[in-house]
Amino acid sequence: MEHERPRLPETEPGSQQRQLLSESDIARTIDRIAHQILERDHEAAASGDVVLLGIPTRGSHLADRLAARLSVFTGRPAVAGALDTTLYRDDLRSQGPRALAATTMPPGGIDGRTVILVDDVLFSGRTIRAALDALRDHGRPALVQLAVLVDRGHRQLPIRADYVGKNIPTALTDSVAVKLAETDGYDAVELRRAP
Amino acid sequence: MTTSAIPVIDPALVPATLALPRHLLSTGDLTADTATLILDTAARIEQAIAGREVRKLPTLRGRTVVNLFYEDSTRTRISFELAAKRLSADVINFSAKGSSVSKGESLKDTALTLQAMGADAVVCRHQSSGAPHRLANWVDGHVINAGDGTHEHPTQALLDAYTLRRHLGEIAGRRIVIVGDVLHSRVARSNVLLLATLGAEVTLVAPPTLLPIGVGSWPCAVDYDLDHALPGADAVMMLRVQRERMGGAFFPTEREYSRRYGLDGRRRALLAPHGIVLHPGPMNRGMEIEPSVADGQGSVIVEQVGNGVTVRMAVLYLLLSGASEV
Repeated sequence: MEHERPRLPETEPGSQQRQLLSESDIARTIDRIAHQILERDHEAAASGDVVLLGIPTRGSHLADRLAARLSVFTGRPAVAGALDTTLYRDDLRSQGPRALAATTMPPGGIDGRTVILVDDVLFSGRTIRAALDALRDHGRPALVQLAVLVDRGHRQLPIRADYVGKNIPTALTDSVAVKLAETDGYDAVELRRAP
Repeated sequence: MTTSAIPVIDPALVPATLALPRHLLSTGDLTADTATLILDTAARIEQAIAGREVRKLPTLRGRTVVNLFYEDSTRTRISFELAAKRLSADVINFSAKGSSVSKGESLKDTALTLQAMGADAVVCRHQSSGAPHRLANWVDGHVINAGDGTHEHPTQALLDAYTLRRHLGEIAGRRIVIVGDVLHSRVARSNVLLLATLGAEVTLVAPPTLLPIGVGSWPCAVDYDLDHALPGADAVMMLRVQRERMGGAFFPTEREYSRRYGLDGRRRALLAPHGIVLHPGPMNRGMEIEPSVADGQGSVIVEQVGNGVTVRMAVLYLLLSGASEV
């Protein structure tokens, strides 16, 4: 299924933008992660005890998509929610206020269930650290796992994903943008390389 | 997560055009967008801690909030204290009674003392209009006006707007009637300014003696007849008759005031079917509001208190997070 990916026009002199995953790549990746979840957590998934908690904005859309695919594969509804980590960030003091995003916990909470945190890009790991702190205030899951669409490296904390869509080696100055139809009108993962 | 070596402007940061002013002194300083940001933030905070066992957020850990209260207050002081504590800030309560103020210390000296102690925010309630404005010139921290004399009480107006939005959906285009002692009410002034900014149609109803000079220039309508103003209104806000601020006689008798400007069951029925009843508290039951109305259907008076904590959390978060340019 390999196909030539279109080279996007350069956005600013010297900088390059390249598409890493296309719409169909993303759909396939989500399906693969859903299957991996079923393989590893099959008991919890079969009894409906898996909760997919997306980290806004794009993580929650990915969690919704994963939940939709999981329910197709298992034949029973999968539970998705959103967990905003803004109020738990460690850079609020230096960065200025941020607008808050939605937090939606599934009915019945997360106590004793398998929580899978879902985010678009895993980078420094600080967002996940904030998410783990937030989870602790919401309840006590039996198990917490992490699923990301893209792992771009450069971790600043001892955090590792359980499910990775694609590992992308990057330079620190690169930026990786995940675009999803729900927020951006189209699906893609793009890498922008600084000059 | 986008932390990279090159400075990138994070799209999730609140843009400078929306940011709150450095001090929250008057609702007149807020644009519709900024006020909406505060209300949205409050809604998100409510959502984030709803149904939780641990109703505490680590957001303002290590920050110090001083409650500087020169005037008696139960709900506002407790509300600010709870809001700051829910955000993990350290709270110092300072009331004029039992402090050096009773020994004659001036506001400025008290301010400089707080400054030396490193207060990140000073929540100030004072019997003189304008005291928080003066205070803002003396301290580096953020000053939040928690009621100054007969001037303003911005967080009360914000919590009222939040309560209205929860029940009415949109504030723009809604008809809101504010009744009673407008002359002595900082709540009325703050509410008129904020609700007008948010696009509501506000009508003040009071006897002419209880309306301030210059009310004609406020962004609202004025009526002397409650029965004329009420029919079809989306919300009615009753103000407390502030007898402690009344030197002279503003109305003949309490019974007459109550009959002409009190909210009883008959008048309550004049509101739109979805209409709600607000009161900033504390209430004079039987004077401006009948107990049956205060506790009846469509009364959101108790809910206002709970919303006050949420809205004050939003204000503290938006003012205190971010680089302190001290």
